[in-house]
Amino acid sequence: MSSPLLELRGVTKAFPGVLANDSVDISIPEGQIHALLGENGAGKSTLVKIIYGYYAADEGDMYWMGNSVSVTSPAHARQIGIGMVFQHFSLFDALSVRDNIELAISSKAGGDGLSQKIHEVSNTYGLGLDPERDVFSLSVGERQRVEIVRCLLQSPKLLIMDEPTSVLTPQEADNLFKVLNQLAEEGCAILYISHKLEEIKELCHHATILRQGKVVAECDPTKESTRSLAEMMIGRSLDPPAYELKKTGATKFLVQNLSRIAEDERSISLKNINFDVREGEIFGIAGVAGNGQTELMEMLAGEVLADDNAAISINGVECGQRSIRERRELGAAIVPEERLGHGAVGSMSLIENVFLGGHQRFNLARRLWMNYSNARTFAQKTCDDFDVRHAGIHVDAGSLSGGNLQKFLIGREILQEPLVMLASQPTWGVDAGSQLAIHKALLDLAANGTAVLVISQDLDELLELCNRIAVMFAGSLSEPHPVSSLTAEKIGLLMGGAHPEAA
Amino acid sequence: MAAITTVELILLTVVSAATPLLLAATGELVVEKSGILNLGVEGMMLVGAVSAFIAMLTTGSWALGIVAGAAAGVIMSMLFGVLTLFFLANQVASGLALTLFGIGISSLLGIPFIGLPIEKLPTLDIPVLGDIPILGPLLFEQDFLIYFSVFMVVAVNFFLFRSRAGLILRAVGESHDAAHSIGYSVIRIRFFAVMFGGAMAGLGGAFLSLSYTPMWVEQMTAGRGWIALALVVFATWKPGRVLIGAYLFGAVTIFQLHLQGFGVQIPGQVLSMLPYLVTILVLVLISRNASRVKLSAPACLGQIFHSNT
Repeated sequence: MSSPLLELRGVTKAFPGVLANDSVDISIPEGQIHALLGENGAGKSTLVKIIYGYYAADEGDMYWMGNSVSVTSPAHARQIGIGMVFQHFSLFDALSVRDNIELAISSKAGGDGLSQKIHEVSNTYGLGLDPERDVFSLSVGERQRVEIVRCLLQSPKLLIMDEPTSVLTPQEADNLFKVLNQLAEEGCAILYISHKLEEIKELCHHATILRQGKVVAECDPTKESTRSLAEMMIGRSLDPPAYELKKTGATKFLVQNLSRIAEDERSISLKNINFDVREGEIFGIAGVAGNGQTELMEMLAGEVLADDNAAISINGVECGQRSIRERRELGAAIVPEERLGHGAVGSMSLIENVFLGGHQRFNLARRLWMNYSNARTFAQKTCDDFDVRHAGIHVDAGSLSGGNLQKFLIGREILQEPLVMLASQPTWGVDAGSQLAIHKALLDLAANGTAVLVISQDLDELLELCNRIAVMFAGSLSEPHPVSSLTAEKIGLLMGGAHPEAA
Repeated sequence: MAAITTVELILLTVVSAATPLLLAATGELVVEKSGILNLGVEGMMLVGAVSAFIAMLTTGSWALGIVAGAAAGVIMSMLFGVLTLFFLANQVASGLALTLFGIGISSLLGIPFIGLPIEKLPTLDIPVLGDIPILGPLLFEQDFLIYFSVFMVVAVNFFLFRSRAGLILRAVGESHDAAHSIGYSVIRIRFFAVMFGGAMAGLGGAFLSLSYTPMWVEQMTAGRGWIALALVVFATWKPGRVLIGAYLFGAVTIFQLHLQGFGVQIPGQVLSMLPYLVTILVLVLISRNASRVKLSAPACLGQIFHSNT
């Protein structure tokens, strides 16, 4: 057998305080779709950044087509035939698609024929793109296409994809899989990072599983169950929450005819949104990012006030024009989409963050002074009750991993015993173990009678948690559907703007 | 030369007043497009002015004077570049320090040269065209730096928006992380941009001490470095608008002098405030539309770049 396309032997990389990769061996032959699985912080991103020349490994060797290489920079990686599509896109908003692509390819390949080549490649793989449009005006899915086309123009032999489907509708993801399969058939190897075990089973030929920087298993994902894959990832058995349809009570959170005019061409107008969340219910709002969920959450949370005070009611009290603080006093708990910046102050300690989010209901302020010992107690309780792994409650919130910070924020809100819980993207970018813990916390909360609203792009999550789901598309919210009448495919069609009758 | 009318005289002085602003602002525009905010323009201009003056006086060559002015600006800017790009110092603080340092060092170097006269930068007359009434002397009987300043606006505009290197420079200012991830050397590109800004600020200073008022006076830039900075924002980072803005501000400066000459009772200080008031007004206007700010201002302006490697 000929040597594999890419082989890593004993790759080790340490950052201050963490061993991100510990003697990792990987071998990828041509044409293989190779999954890299692992929890957040397992070292997947570090590993692919080493392959792509973004970081230098401390130890270990890399072999490319049988020869030892040391990739010194991303430009070098691209030159030898390694392309990468980033999780957080490396695009320039203010520049056109053409400029963005031109920047990433060698100067010889550019020039006048570039627009033509972009058309050719995007047509070959069914990735429609207009080279003259500015990137900021594109949807997330279209931006990803720019990244992919940019890689394909350099005819890579290995394509690295870092969580490519986290922002796509199921239909867009299916299109992506077709492109990837087509590429693999043409002999291009693909290194595929994802949290979504279902799609790894569907797409990938081989999987390497990382835990705490080490390779703990290799397998053929098509022969494994999602459960066994997840257990390999987190290294213990999973305990999925018992799922039963709960009895729901009176309306606790009501939105009536909520509208918002977009301030500029980048934001979405909200059109006459109506829904209600009942006691003990989890209500889900699905939709592809950028269809108005951010704008809706801003208004529900009170970051932006409604024109009409009656548009939003909490526990029967109209509060569309009331402040965030007043809404919290009425019993709302809020977990915003942006963990750092909106949910927590990254440069402040966990204790201070507990104070900021909960001093009214935790009673942490004594007139002008902060009750530091109470705040410490609550921070400790939040961390203990919600399994937040931290290096001490004095550390900065920003130093927690995404999953742990999210558990902390959700815990902080739940301990305030809210009547209404508003959570946006509660498990976005969170590893499987934390995801499970967050789901359980939300289900328990609803079981205790709180009305819970979850806005999410993750359909599996919504189908698992919610009693009713409505879909957002282009600033409008569909009728809510009981979850029993829905499938991922049906929601997917609604997310693409289809009418429910057609779905 | 034919009799010069008052109008011509005024227009000629407007051009002279605008040129140092234009040179310095064009340089700063390139620096800011690469994502760096260098507030040291005033200091670089002063050092450029004193160096150009000393070189001209000692060698007698105006060409050497101009080169010395640009070189001094580059040296000053490299100081700033090393601090902010390699030692990751805060750009605002470093820029302010550069200005204060420039004021001090230029005064020190200039002590022996205060009040000494030199020959004004010679005008390079273009035959025939220079004889056109009014426009002739205005357009075709100017010195080298005036031609150069206008040429550089065109050149910079072409570079930024037509050349590949300019695209890369804008990309670095737009998102340094993205630029780094696709393999561009952010630090090196920014360092060159900073040096270009230094050279242009130095030339702006050289124009002041060699042509505008051919002598050395302490702090002779009198705040022009700050106006140049304001001009870049006023122009929403577009070279053509820098040209318009510089001439507008030059005109304000000159009309203020003439108005006082005619006995109009507007305090000079009010007129000196005008450029800044206009800049604040422009900032308010462009800030009203979030996407417009996003599109015109370099998104990474003033942010420190950590390469993580």
